[in-house]
Amino acid sequence: MLNTAPVVIQFSGVAFSYGSVPVLEHVNFHVHQGEFIALVGPNGAGKSTILKLLLALEEPGKGTIQVLGKSPEEGRSRIGYVPQHADYDKSFPISVYEVIRMGRLQPLKRGWSKVDELAVQRAMEQVEILDLARRPYGALSGGQRRRVLVARALAAEPDILVLDEPTANMDAESEERLYKTLGQLKGKTTILIVTHDTEFVSALTDRVLCIGERTGAEKRAHRLVQHKAAPAEHAPPELFGGAALQVLHDEVEPEDRCCIDTRTIQKGIQP
Amino acid sequence: MNSFFTALVNPAFPFLQNALLASLLASVLFGILGSIVTVKRIAGLAGAISHAVLGGIGMALYLSSTRLVPFITPMAGAIIFAVLSALIIGIVSLKAKQREDTVINAIWAIGMSLGVLFLAKTPGYTDPTSYLFGNILLVSRQDLILLAILDVVVLLLVWRFYPQLEASAFDEEFARVRGVPTNIVFLIILGITAIAVVLLQTFVGIVMVIAMLTLPAGTAGYIGRNLAGMMILSWIFSSIFSFAGLAMSWHYDLPSGAVVVVLSGAVFLGTTAIRMLVLRYQKRRGVTP
Repeated sequence: MLNTAPVVIQFSGVAFSYGSVPVLEHVNFHVHQGEFIALVGPNGAGKSTILKLLLALEEPGKGTIQVLGKSPEEGRSRIGYVPQHADYDKSFPISVYEVIRMGRLQPLKRGWSKVDELAVQRAMEQVEILDLARRPYGALSGGQRRRVLVARALAAEPDILVLDEPTANMDAESEERLYKTLGQLKGKTTILIVTHDTEFVSALTDRVLCIGERTGAEKRAHRLVQHKAAPAEHAPPELFGGAALQVLHDEVEPEDRCCIDTRTIQKGIQP
Repeated sequence: MNSFFTALVNPAFPFLQNALLASLLASVLFGILGSIVTVKRIAGLAGAISHAVLGGIGMALYLSSTRLVPFITPMAGAIIFAVLSALIIGIVSLKAKQREDTVINAIWAIGMSLGVLFLAKTPGYTDPTSYLFGNILLVSRQDLILLAILDVVVLLLVWRFYPQLEASAFDEEFARVRGVPTNIVFLIILGITAIAVVLLQTFVGIVMVIAMLTLPAGTAGYIGRNLAGMMILSWIFSSIFSFAGLAMSWHYDLPSGAVVVVLSGAVFLGTTAIRMLVLRYQKRRGVTP
């Protein structure tokens, strides 16, 4: 189906290496505003590297990346980022409220405005953790900590929400709550969720980007392809807090499929 | 203990008033900077810098006594070595994290060894004890002024950039995504720590300065609800330990730096033990903190 919404993330011919070890090659993909994208792939395939490139934590060796029409460094302030790990120093004296308020952080600004306080309050309501606000972050369970980090990302009121393995070590109840929150955000916020589960994705997913196939002369780097996903009949019921889609690895879709009017092609009209 | 208070107001002992002022000024750095060093887990880095300082002190004593560079003071030599070692450690830590441990230990050992070699070749006898373990009674007016200036700089920077400091200590990657120049923050912290170590070594010596940058902050970390609370509590604890240590060392005729460190260490270990017991009790009772 033709997606006419503006493109908010664009990777064009991106390659990346850690020293002499190639990780990514010929990575091309784009994400439209309001889309829910699942980026899947096995451990070590380069999913987190793609996020690091997107967040300007790493620079590509080749190719270009655009975030909201700007360079990643300029555009990343509009990204809400939920990192993969939530186990920070448990002895760090900090409350849940203060962690979430970090989402409103600006490079040089001192102090917090009323607008910041309201955004933090709203983020806590969205993730249903108002009751945890005054608790020390180090005293929370793993699932609670992840929800706090989601709230921290939402406190920035981002245009794009990026979640790196958000359900790792999460209990079923927290996972259900997380997908409920993501369901409420779908359409309003662009969501890019990274997961190592290459078989199933949430039913909220619009498109699946799969990374893992080895490419290049020595077959060491990974490339990214787009797969179809279909409703899964045999997905474990506790996954994603509800319905799941099965990733069809045999069916590779063209990278620009969402930008082609399929009805035009079917009628045999030249675009 | 009355003898300490009597001596404190006695004009015949001006060095004791200097010592008290130095201990209170040092407490600001022990408390505020110590909290940052503790939560950022860079105590090892600060330890290497403080020990490397002996190389600078030895070099300065050698160069001045041999008249090669007659005007160089031990403090100048110490600052040169402290800043150089902070720069090397900072660059390695940012560019080659996997080599950080080796470089820290190398700087620690080479700095001390250079100090020993320079002192051995310095004409006349130089007792390194006061540099290694400190002698607060030798604190000069110039030392006090420098300490006060560094206190003001640290307080101003922490007050102005507290949110950025808190975020980069808690989650450096997230702070970077939010646009905080975390590498610059890290290098500034390391640079200030290096200079602080030089100024503080007059109080507790280069061997024990790292203890005072971590022990009061460690105790405060158990009680403080946030980083600001930890800093204030650590400042208060440091002031109490420094004052009490100075009074006890005067009364019992003991080295002041060592008494202050032992006092801080005993309170830290006691608090750790009490906290472990409380946590075990809460766990058994199913109480959430």
